[in-house]
Amino acid sequence: MIEEKRLSLDDKLFTVRRKPLAESHIALDKYLCRECLNRICTYICPAEVYVWEESKNEIDVRYENCLECGACRVACEAIEWANPVWGTGIAYKNS
Amino acid sequence: MLKCEVVVVGAGPAGIACGYVLAEAGVDVVILERGQYPGAKNMFGGIFYADQMSILIPEFYTEAPVERFVAKKHYALLINDSEISLNIDSEECKKPPYNHSYVVKRSVFDKWFAKKAEERGATIICGTTATDFVWGGNKIIGVTAGTCDDPDNTLLADVVVCAEGANSILSEKAGLRNRLSMRARCVSVKEVIELGKDVIDDRFGLADREGAAYEYFADATPGMLGDGFIYTNMDSINVGVGVVISELYGHRNPPSPNQLLERFKNHPCIRPLVKGGKTLEYSAHMIPMDGYKNLPRFYTDGLMLVGDAAGFVNNSICHEGVNMAMASGIMAAETILENRAERRYDASALRQYERRLKNSFVLQNMKSSRDFIDILRTHKELLNDYPHLMKNVITSYFKVSDVPKSTVKRDIVRMVRSRVNFVKAAKTIMALMKGGI
Repeated sequence: MIEEKRLSLDDKLFTVRRKPLAESHIALDKYLCRECLNRICTYICPAEVYVWEESKNEIDVRYENCLECGACRVACEAIEWANPVWGTGIAYKNS
Repeated sequence: MLKCEVVVVGAGPAGIACGYVLAEAGVDVVILERGQYPGAKNMFGGIFYADQMSILIPEFYTEAPVERFVAKKHYALLINDSEISLNIDSEECKKPPYNHSYVVKRSVFDKWFAKKAEERGATIICGTTATDFVWGGNKIIGVTAGTCDDPDNTLLADVVVCAEGANSILSEKAGLRNRLSMRARCVSVKEVIELGKDVIDDRFGLADREGAAYEYFADATPGMLGDGFIYTNMDSINVGVGVVISELYGHRNPPSPNQLLERFKNHPCIRPLVKGGKTLEYSAHMIPMDGYKNLPRFYTDGLMLVGDAAGFVNNSICHEGVNMAMASGIMAAETILENRAERRYDASALRQYERRLKNSFVLQNMKSSRDFIDILRTHKELLNDYPHLMKNVITSYFKVSDVPKSTVKRDIVRMVRSRVNFVKAAKTIMALMKGGI
């Protein structure tokens, strides 16, 4: 039997309907991130919005993938997260 | 600058229930919702506990968009690649009002409920994010919407009800709580997988509008405080996992929530239930884990917190949340109605709200499960060692072999004795009975 192909996270994120944000709703202090020993943001996020870029020596924030749960904000005090405004961001239809 | 009597922030079960009761009494109430429509940003596992809804709208299930009622409950421990479970298939749950438990899609259901509140006279403004409060001295007198300080984006009100949800930024801005801690929130992800009604009925043994709620503990989130679930919609299933955020912090090899979900879905006992089908939607949300001892303050001058924003989720095994959210929304509305004649909504007038909460099941249930999470957190053996031991006991006893059962029994007793400190176990169970469930 053929093993079923697993859905990648990108495929999953593609299922979520969105209205694009005009600008990032997430701000962080890249100097603090450099010193951070844990980088919990890189694994706590259900959408894996935060990716450590070794070459740039900073966190890449893929804010347009955000599912607006707020877990990052709770996990890290250096993250300033705000609700997207004017109806932008996710719009679930099956959850 | 616009003005109304009451502003409710957030069109979820708590906010809409509050708006519904107020509108019914003729109050000029505006509900601000940041999503494009009510329910756009809302997500939960899947079970709507509807006793409070039945009070507002009797027999709502005859017209509301509910997927199925919960006819079967399944509590399971996943242990390595095995499962030990308890199945509850009770006739009481198959008759109206179906033990007040329904599987719903929040994006559909909340929209319906919001419409009901609108019909009663509430105004619902969507696509509008309340970002901060307007202060008049020490009193909250309104909210600002959007990012700018434009007075056109200000809505003044006699009193504000914050039904912002689990990720409540406004309650922090009001000074009712500190910034949320990692122990106070669970991060949860789910997939809605389309399977078709017939496949779901076959797999879960259901008929007509009967639904199933499967809850998984122990190795659903290995070594961590969390759980997994499967709830049946009509044509699709909700599969998800949740884990307390602090459990991932400091984990040696921390998985992401998505990886936890993939691991759960591919567990040999889960896979047959969820395989095939098309993923309709992936979603994420936080669940309040404040617990009774760490709840925020519920009110200040001109403001009340309701629902998830106030941390009203029963974190014991029963998972009730929506009913507590709705009850708190209704009680906030009643408090407003009581003080409406004098239009006095300062902290001393709103103390009535806390009094109502204390006299209701909301705070009483929070209180009776006050230690549940702490006990599980500090006694990891409850979700690790004991389930594994239980599985070893059961598998060795039922193992078919020529070893006499008397020998097997002796070995089991030895194994249990070597791995369980009975005094400690008895104390833990007593503590759970007293303040855990």
